[in-house]
This record gives sequence, structure tokens and C-alpha cells, in this order.
Amino acid sequence: MSTTVSLNDAVEQEPERWESQDASTPLLEIKDLHIGFTTGQGVVQAVRGVDLNVYPGQSVAIVGESGSGKSTTAHAIIDLLPGTGKVTGGSIKFGGRELVGLGRRQTEDLRGREIGLVPQDPMSNLNPVWRVGTQIDEALVANGFQGDRAARKARVVELLGEAGLPDAEVRARQYPHEFSGGMRQRALIAIGLASRPKLLIADEPTSALDVTVQKKILDHLEGLTKELGTAVLFITHDLGLAAERAEHLVVMYKGKVVESGPARQILQDPQHEYTRRLVASAPSLASRRIQSAHERGKQTDEQLAAHADETAKAAPDVVVAKDLTKVFRLRGARPGTHTDFTAVDNISFTLPKGRTIALVGESGSGKSTAANMVLGLLEPTSGVVTINDQDMATMSGKQSFAMRRRVQPVFQNPYGSLDPMFSVFSSIEEPLRLHRVGDRKSREVRVRELLDMVSLPQATMRRFPNELSGGQRQRIAIARALALKPEVLVLDEAVSALDVLVQAQILTLLNDLQAELGLSYLFITHDLAVVRQIADLVAVMKDGSIVEHATTDEVFDNPQQEYTRDLLAAIPGASLEIGG
Amino acid sequence: MPENTRPNPRPGQEHFVAGPDVVQLQVIDSVDTSEAPSSMWRDAWNEMRRRPMFWVSAVMIVVVIIVSIIPGVFTTALPRSGCDLGNAFASPSGEHPFGTNQNGCDIYARTLFGARSSVLVGTLTTTFVVILGTAIGAIAGYYGGWLDTILSRLTDVFFAVPFVLAAIVILSLAEERTELTVAVVLAAFGWTSIARIARGSVLSVKNNEFVTAAKALGMGRFAIMVRHALPNAAAPIIVYATVALGTFIVAEATLTFLGIGLDPSTVSWGGDLSTGQSALRSNPEIMFYPAAALGFTVLGFILLGDVVRDALDPKARKR
Repeated sequence: MSTTVSLNDAVEQEPERWESQDASTPLLEIKDLHIGFTTGQGVVQAVRGVDLNVYPGQSVAIVGESGSGKSTTAHAIIDLLPGTGKVTGGSIKFGGRELVGLGRRQTEDLRGREIGLVPQDPMSNLNPVWRVGTQIDEALVANGFQGDRAARKARVVELLGEAGLPDAEVRARQYPHEFSGGMRQRALIAIGLASRPKLLIADEPTSALDVTVQKKILDHLEGLTKELGTAVLFITHDLGLAAERAEHLVVMYKGKVVESGPARQILQDPQHEYTRRLVASAPSLASRRIQSAHERGKQTDEQLAAHADETAKAAPDVVVAKDLTKVFRLRGARPGTHTDFTAVDNISFTLPKGRTIALVGESGSGKSTAANMVLGLLEPTSGVVTINDQDMATMSGKQSFAMRRRVQPVFQNPYGSLDPMFSVFSSIEEPLRLHRVGDRKSREVRVRELLDMVSLPQATMRRFPNELSGGQRQRIAIARALALKPEVLVLDEAVSALDVLVQAQILTLLNDLQAELGLSYLFITHDLAVVRQIADLVAVMKDGSIVEHATTDEVFDNPQQEYTRDLLAAIPGASLEIGG
Repeated sequence: MPENTRPNPRPGQEHFVAGPDVVQLQVIDSVDTSEAPSSMWRDAWNEMRRRPMFWVSAVMIVVVIIVSIIPGVFTTALPRSGCDLGNAFASPSGEHPFGTNQNGCDIYARTLFGARSSVLVGTLTTTFVVILGTAIGAIAGYYGGWLDTILSRLTDVFFAVPFVLAAIVILSLAEERTELTVAVVLAAFGWTSIARIARGSVLSVKNNEFVTAAKALGMGRFAIMVRHALPNAAAPIIVYATVALGTFIVAEATLTFLGIGLDPSTVSWGGDLSTGQSALRSNPEIMFYPAAALGFTVLGFILLGDVVRDALDPKARKR
């Protein structure tokens, strides 16, 4: 059993740390915790009766969607509740000491020294005006590090090196903006572990990072905390990540614990209906199921597969991108000078009718630039995009206005994709009005029809975006995109910002709409796991070029490129065997 | 309790499953259709009317506006023709509730009649400033490029001109100084702040995905600016305009006090303050009433501006 081994390792390596701490009593013991926020409408209970135990050296994960109270619970431990939040009941014991109601001085002593925190957003959690080394030094001073300047400086370098930053001495003198996201997160880990806390709270530590970077950082964090014998409390929305990194899972929903227990057991044999749906919806885990279904299909019905291949060949290409290149001219160091930045470098792909092609890549790979060229929002520096054999570049103004009806976008951010001043009706009606489709009456009929299509009640049309959830807004964005009966939808990270259950619903909806209306999707995403659920073809992009382009099955079953293999391996939970 | 597949989880970490009622699965992502739909404006209104400060400032402003429209209803005395030099510096009495000034004019009547020019200059200037500033700022922000460079530098140039100095120079050239003249001059140098605010908020709206979506629909640039960018940029402009209305009233009073604002024949608080200062030592109450009226009016608009800002931008609200 790997967990016991890791604990024993810790005990062996630093026995003196554990003399006072009995490994069989919980390090952190939360009992019946209630947390409320005072608002204009009275007290809102964000956490309602949470029980949680963390043993020394153990890793535990709280999993939940947004609004589940997972971060609130974690912040209550170190008394960092935002705004009007307050613990209204229950107890938090750390090493046998009650933390609820502790004085400010005692809490400050506890933070950093006993309980470290790795915050969520590496971009905003380092102060941009101070050198990284100074900020770690600050943490050392605040936590009572014994030693003079030189000793602290040496310690800072040591800590940075330990967090996996090469050239730590040079790095310590740099400013946060000189660091990449992954490097900043490493610096924050160094700060979190600076005073060798017994417990490290990692609040979505890698959700802002690319998957391959995420994997490296989590691997490193795991090794480091195991070596130091630090217990880790992960806060995450990603069930796959939680199951991979923690031995004990606590699944929360709306402030309550839905299910908790050993990670493998919850994953393999979820008992609660909600957990079951979470496990089924988590793309990283579901992809494995689709794979097994696909294998079954191979064994039983090869003819069907052959037939599917045939139809794929027969389908005409709706979108053809040929030798697309986009060069951005960036302002140079001196006025008047400029440097060229090639965002998209000579890529070609085709999208057959009724199919989905996924452009997959990490941030900066040029995938969104490619999407914008297909949408006609950016002009390619060279190369052509043809829609139904019509070259976009040679179209007249009138033709390209008409063409816009055929290709419509759905964007990532459900909060930015709808005009907050427009009611749902006006938002969906806008494309119809702009393209002078029908009169007011027939447009209203169409809006109702579209709301039905995206499974929202028709009464929604009088609402405003601020009254709707992220998933509902995304449905409305889809309805708006479908208003003009387009042939192609460009889905630019369209499900990336959604909670897993909602994400699964939207993916199902997109699949249904595709089958029903014969739509073709250009699906832009950083998340390979989602690709498996929706795409027929995959083009993997890196630094502006397509490194691998094949059918989804080929890419997943037999990746040809090292980079694709890295991406696949980095999917959280990819290595887990899901039983049942 | 379900069976544990692992032999011995530690105490307190046994497999726990909550009852099925903890999560109402059908509720996940359902639309709440019970409450009335609420646009941002309706939300702001609901927020505003719950605050006592809104009603206080609203009453103050309504009183000032009513007085400025129909001052004759509240007094029988006439501000100019009813003056009786023989009855100068009279103490308050039934006939003259605030007494009379050095020209024997009824102070109460002059204070009431003075409201009109202040309110007129304030609203006219604000209207001009909002139209001019929003147009320049929105175009600069939305179109960007060289147009932005030119318009922004133009804004900077006007911003750099000393306000009072410019007003003195221009108003001294004017043959007749009515409320409209003063408002135009004030607006000519007062639009810069609104332009900057409008530019900033249009810039922050312009990169939203709904703007990109409108572009992908084939909507023109001007149409997107008017239909999407401007309504979303309106809130900070409205907030600033409400407060600015008060400060323009002060500016008019300042100019009139200096003798270069409204013609001396116009009844105005600034003018009364100016004529009253000669008697400041002996009869300070002559200056008190117009000053109090001015303060009351400006305070009303500034308080309203505060409430409007809180309602339109919940983030700026102090806890």
C-alpha cells in the first residue's frame, strides 16, 4: 500500500519532527464546521456541517464545483475568510489545538510556520514590484527564521532550488514578470514550504497552468512534501487530479460533504448519485470509458467501423484551411522598430461536413489565432481559408456578410460572451435582426425554437445574463450562434470554463445538435480529455505549427509525436485504472 | 455504511456517503423563473431605493428644481422690481422672511429666483459635456489607432488649459452673457474628464467576447460601438455627470462672483454673493442665504452621485 509507505518514509527521514506528533492521531480535525457570509439578504451559509481529517504526512483532497464551499473550508483553517465570512459553528483542531476563535497573534504564528498555503493564481499572488527572492525572504522573516542576512539569502536560494528552479541564485534576483506561470507557481511553493509547515494547503495550485507544466509541478510538489513529511490538503475541481494526487477524498456540494473516503474506492465505486455523475462526467476519466466502448466496437462490429470510415470520406469538406500563416508585427525596443511574431506557421487542415475537428494546444500555440482566421476576424498573412469552396479573401463585402451566416463562434468566457445590457431575447434575436430575417413576430418564434433546442425554458428569454449560471449563458451563446442556421460552429474553448457536470451537459448538447442539424465543429481547446468526447479529427498545435494531425482514435491510441504523448500523459487521472 | 474495499482506513476517514437528499440533482443548472427578470438598471434602481441617502438627495434636488421652475408660487415679493432702497438691511420680518439686502431687495425672493439660473447652467453644461465628451471618448477608445492619438492629445490640450483663465478670456469677449453662453463656455473646457472616462470604459468593454461575436455576425464598427460598447460604458459616465452637475453650478457661481459669469441683471446666487461681500462685516446674513442655497443644491447632486455610483458599481461600495 503506497500511502503507508510514503508515511513511513517521512517518519524515517525526519524522525525528530514527529516526536511530539503521533502519526495515528489526526493533524487536522474539522468537525461539523459551519461558515456563513453576511450579505444584504441576511446570513448565507456557505459551509454546512463539514467533517474532515488529515493525518500527518497524508495528502487529502477536497473536490467540488464552484460554489461548493471547498475553498471557504480551507481558508477557514488559517482564518483567511474573505469579506464578511465567519465560522458560525463547529471546530477546527490542528495538532490538538482549537483554531476557531484563536487570537490574531496566535493565528499569525500559525500561518506559514505550521500551515503553509499555495494560492491559486500565480499571476496575482506575487507582488510585481519586489524581487522573488525578497518575497521569500519576507516569508522567512515573518515566520521567525533564525539567522542573519547572509544565512537568509543562502536559505532563499536553497528553497528556490528545492522548488525546482534552476539557477536559483539568479532567479532570486529577478522580478515576477520575468517568470513564466509555472516558475511563479514554483516560487509560491517555495514560499509555502519556507518554514517547513506540517500542513500545506494547495488551493487549485495549477488550474491556471498548461497541463504539461501542471504535471511537472504536481510531481515535484508530491516528491517534496513526501520528503519533508508535510501533509497536503488539495483544493480542486478536478476529480482526476484529486484521485491521482491524494489518498483520501472529500467530495463537496453546496457546502456539504456528499461523499468521502479512500480516493481509489470513491473513484472506482462511487456510492452517492452525485459522485457517480461527477465520475462519469469528468472528461479525464470518461475518456477511458469511451475508449473501452470503442474497443468493444472493434471486436464486435468491424463492418460498422468500415462504414463510418466510408461516410467520412464521402462527406464534402466545409472548411479548408491551406498553408495558413499569421505574422503579428510587435513594437520593437526603440520607436519605429518592430519584430515579427509568427503566431500561426503554415498550417493546413480540413473540416468535413457534419464532423468535428479539434485544434489542441497549450497557451500560445496559435490555436485561437487560427480560429479567428476561419471566422474572418483576422486576415491571414498568407494562405487561404475556403468555406464551401469559396475563398474568403476574394469575397466582396456583400458576399462576406452573407458568409458570416454560415460560420458562427461560441467563446470561452460565459461571462463575457453575452452583452449584460441585452435580455436573452435581444441577444438571440440580434443576428436575425442584423441579417433582416423575418419580422418581429417570426423572429420571436425562432428565438423560442432556439431556446428549446438548447434545452432552456422559453421563459428564459425575458431574463438578463446576470441572472443565469455559466452553463446557461453558454447555452444562450450557442443558441445565438445557431440563430442564422450556420453550417460551421467555431467553438473556442467553449466548455473550458464550466464545471464538469455542466460541461458534460453542454458537450452532450453539442453532440445532439450536430447529429440533428448536420453541423460541423471547429473545436479549439487546451484539454485533450474533452477532445476524446467530441472530436472526430485532431490537430495538435505547438508554437504555431501542427505537429500531429490524425483521427481522434489514432492520436489517442497511437500518438506519433513525443509532444502528443506528453500531453496525453499529463491529463490528470490518465494513469488511473478505473474499475467497475 | 457501505462496505470498505480497503481493509483499514484511518479513524475518521471511513467511507462516508451522505443521504440522497443532500444534492437535488434536477436542480443543477435549472433556471429560476420565479422572480421577475432584472436588468442591470432595474437592479441598480432596487439597490438605490433601499438607501435613505437616495431619498434625501432626491428630495433636495426635486425641491431645487421645483423652485427653479416656479419661484413665484413661494413668494409674492419680486426679486428686482420690488426693491426699496429706503428699506435696505431690514431684519427678517413677516414681509421679508430673510430680511432685505443693501439695495432693499427681498433676500428670500432673490434666493428663490436665483435657483433658476444655477439649475439651468448646471443641466445645460452637463448635457453638452456628456454629449461632447462621450462622443470624443468613445470614438477614441473604440476606433483606436491614429484617431485615438489625435483625439486623446486634443483632450490633453484642453485639459491643460487653466479653466478659469480660459473662461475669463472668452466670456470677456462675449457681448451678452446668458445662461446659455456660460454653459457653452463651461462645457468647452469641462468635457475632458468625461472623454477620458468614456474612452477608458469603452476600451474595457471593447475586448469582450460579445463584441467579437457581433463582429463575427458582420455588424459594422459604428453599430457595435453604439449598440454594445456605449450602453456598457454608460454607468461611470452617469455617475460622473451627476457629481459634475453640482460642480458646474459651483463654477458658474464662481465666475458670476468674479463678475465675468452671468450678466449682473440676472438674478443668481453668485451675483448676490458678489454684491453681498461689501456688507460682509456688518450684515453677514446677506451672503449666508445665497451661499446656503448653493451649498444645498450642490450637496444634493453630490450625494445623489454617491448613491448612483454605489448602485451601478457594487464593487466600489464601502462595507
